[in-house]
Amino acid sequence: MRAVGWRRVLLRWYALPGSLLAALLLGAAMMAALGADPLTGYHALVVGAFGGSTALGATAVRAAPLLLVGIGICIAFRANVLNIGGEGQLALGGLASTATALALPGLPAGVLVPLVLLAGAAGGALWGAIPGALRAYLNVNEILSTVMLNLVAVQIMNYLLSGPMVDRTQNSTFGLIPETRVLPHSSWLPILVPGTQLQAGVIVAVVMAIAVYVLLRRTTFGFRVRSVGISREASRYAGMAVKRTMTAAMTLSGAMCGLGGALLVFGSTSHRMVTDGSLTGFTGSDGFNGIVVALFAGLSPLWTIVSSFLFGGMLVGGDALQVATGVPSTMVTTLEGVLVVLLVSLEYLRRRERLNALAPPVAGSESSLSQRVLAPFSKGASRVPACPPSQLQPGPVEGSGAVVGAPPGGPQ
Amino acid sequence: MSEFFSQTVLTATFTAALGLAAPFLFATLGETMGQRSGVINLGVDGIMLLSAFATYYAALQTGDLLVAVLAGMGVGLLLGVVTALASVTLKAEQGISGIGIYLFGLGFSDLLFIKLVGTPRPIPQLNTLAIPVVDRIPVLGPILFQQTVLVYVAFLLVPVVTVVLNRTTYGLNVRAAGENPAAADSVGISVARIRWSTVLFGCTMAGLAGAALLLYDGIFVQDITQSQGFIAVALVYFGAWRPFGVMAGSLLYGLTIAVVLQWKSLGIIPVSASDLAAAAPAVLTIMVLVIIARRFRQPAALGKPFERAA
Repeated sequence: MRAVGWRRVLLRWYALPGSLLAALLLGAAMMAALGADPLTGYHALVVGAFGGSTALGATAVRAAPLLLVGIGICIAFRANVLNIGGEGQLALGGLASTATALALPGLPAGVLVPLVLLAGAAGGALWGAIPGALRAYLNVNEILSTVMLNLVAVQIMNYLLSGPMVDRTQNSTFGLIPETRVLPHSSWLPILVPGTQLQAGVIVAVVMAIAVYVLLRRTTFGFRVRSVGISREASRYAGMAVKRTMTAAMTLSGAMCGLGGALLVFGSTSHRMVTDGSLTGFTGSDGFNGIVVALFAGLSPLWTIVSSFLFGGMLVGGDALQVATGVPSTMVTTLEGVLVVLLVSLEYLRRRERLNALAPPVAGSESSLSQRVLAPFSKGASRVPACPPSQLQPGPVEGSGAVVGAPPGGPQ
Repeated sequence: MSEFFSQTVLTATFTAALGLAAPFLFATLGETMGQRSGVINLGVDGIMLLSAFATYYAALQTGDLLVAVLAGMGVGLLLGVVTALASVTLKAEQGISGIGIYLFGLGFSDLLFIKLVGTPRPIPQLNTLAIPVVDRIPVLGPILFQQTVLVYVAFLLVPVVTVVLNRTTYGLNVRAAGENPAAADSVGISVARIRWSTVLFGCTMAGLAGAALLLYDGIFVQDITQSQGFIAVALVYFGAWRPFGVMAGSLLYGLTIAVVLQWKSLGIIPVSASDLAAAAPAVLTIMVLVIIARRFRQPAALGKPFERAA
C-alpha cells in the first residue's frame, strides 16, 4: 500500500483546492477565448470582492444568505436527504417575513426584526417539512418533490407580489410593477459599519452556523441525524425514530433557507420584495449556490462560514470582472457548475483510496450519500457517531459498515 | 369564458399544446432510458439551456434549421460525455453532479448569449408540415397533422422507445442494468457500457428537447427552459418509467401551459391569478408522485453507482 501513499495524500489534501484551481484555469481559458485578459479579469474580481471595506461589506452581505442555505444543506445532506429546494424555501421565507412586516408595521424594531426573521424561518420550514415528510412517510423522492415545490413557490411569489401584496401607491399608467412597498423602517436589518452595506444579518448567519455545528456535533438530535444519514437500517435497529429525524432534518434545513430569504429582503438596499417572474430574480440562484458552498466545505457548518465568504466574494467580484473585461458575470455560475462536477467526481477516487488504505474493498458494497460525500473529510473514525459499533451494527457487518467501524489506519 | 370554448380557440390551444409537449417528450424519453438503466440525470435542464443556445446561434449564423438542430443535439452529446464520465465511470453522486451540469448550462448559455449575440434577433421559423389527406379530418386534422416535423418525431419516438425497451436484447440489458446490475454483470453484460449508451442517448435527447423548445419559441432568452428540464425528470416518475406514461405527463404539461397562455391572452383570468393556475400541474405532479411511490416500484438500482466485484 506504500505505492499509493502519495496518491492518497494528493487526493486527501489537494483535491479541494485542486478542483477550485482547475475551475479557475478553465475560467481563464474562457476569458482568453472571449478576447479578454484573464489576469485583468481575476485581478478585478479579487479587488471587487475583497479590496477595501466597501467591497468586504458587500461580500459579507452576499455571503450571509449563502451561508444560511449552506448550513441548511449540511443538515439535510448529513441526514442523507437531498434538499434541492433551497430556491423555493428562500422565496417562501422571503414572502412570510415580508407579509409579517407588512401586517405589523407599528412594532418597534427590537420586536419586529426578530419577528420577521422568525417568520422567514417558519416559511422556509414549511417548504422543507413537506418534502421531508413525503420522503419519510410516503417514500416520495425528495429531489423531485423539492423541484416541484420550487415551481409552486415561484408561482405563489408572482401571485402575491403582483396581487395581494403589490404596492398600490405606484405612480404608473402601464400596470403595476410586481413589488411590495418599501417595508417599514423598523423592520430593516441595522447597518453595523456606517458607510458599508454590512448589516446585522451577517451576524445572524454566522451565529446560526455555529449553532448548527453544536446541534450536529454535540446534541442527541445531531447524533441521530448523522446516524440516520449513515445507515437508516442500523439507526432503526438501534431504536431511533428514523422517519421523524428525516422530517425534522429537512424542516430545519428549510428553516435555514427561509431565514436566508428573510435576509435577502430585509438586508437588501431596496428594502422591498420584488419579482421579475423567476425564482432566480429573487434568490440570485442562492438555493443552488448554497449547495456548492456546503459541498466545498465538506458539509461542515464551520467551514461553510469560510466557504460562503469565498463564494460570496466570487459572486460580488463577478460584477467587477464584467466591468473590467466585458466577460459576463454569469461566468461565476458556469465555474461553480464545473467545480461541483469535479468535486463529486473526485469523490469516488478519494473514497477508493481511503478504502484501499483501510480494508480490502467489499464487493457490491453500497454506501450512503453522507459516506460518499463525507468520507474524505472525516478523520478516521473520530467523525463517526461516537457510539459503540456493536450498537449501530448488529451482527457481522459487511460493506460500508466495515469502513465505519474500522479504526483509522486499520488492517491493510 | 365562452369565447374560450369556440372551435378556433380550442383548436389553436390544442395545437399549441402538442408543440409545447414535444420538448418535454424528447427530454423525458431520453431520461426514461437512463433511469431504466439505473442512472438519474438531473442535469437535463442545463443541457436543454445550452443546446437551446447552440441551436439559436447556429440558426443565426447559417440560417439552416437542420444544422441548428444538429448543433443542439451535438451539445447534448458533448455534455452527455461529461455526465456519463461523472455518474458512470467516476461513480459520482448523481443528484449532485446533475446540479453541477445545471449550473454550468445556466451560466454558460447566458454568458455566450450576452457575449456572442447581445441583442436578440429572430431566426427563421420551422414550417409546419401538413400530412396530406388526414389533415383535413374535421377538428382533429388541424390539431394532430399540421405540426412541425419535430412534433411528429417526438411522438413517433414513444412507440420506438417502448419497443426498444421491451422487445429487444439491448432493452433487456438496459432493464437488467437498472434492476440488478450485479446479475447483469455476472452474465457478461457490461453495466458501464450499457449505462454510458443510455446516458449519451438521454443527453442527446435533452439537446434535441432544447432545440425543439428554442424553435417553438423562435428566440433565445435567459433561462429559456423555466425549469422544464427538472419537470422532465419528474415526469419520468409521473409516467412510472414507461414511455406511454411519460407521454401522458408531457401532454398534461403542454396542455396546461397552452391553456394558461390562451386564458391570459383572452383576458379570461387576471394575469396575477394565472400564476396560481400555472402552479397547478406542479401540485398535481406531487400528488401523482405520492401515488406512484405506493403503486409502482422504481428501478431497484436507480441512482446507485455500480461497482464490480474485485
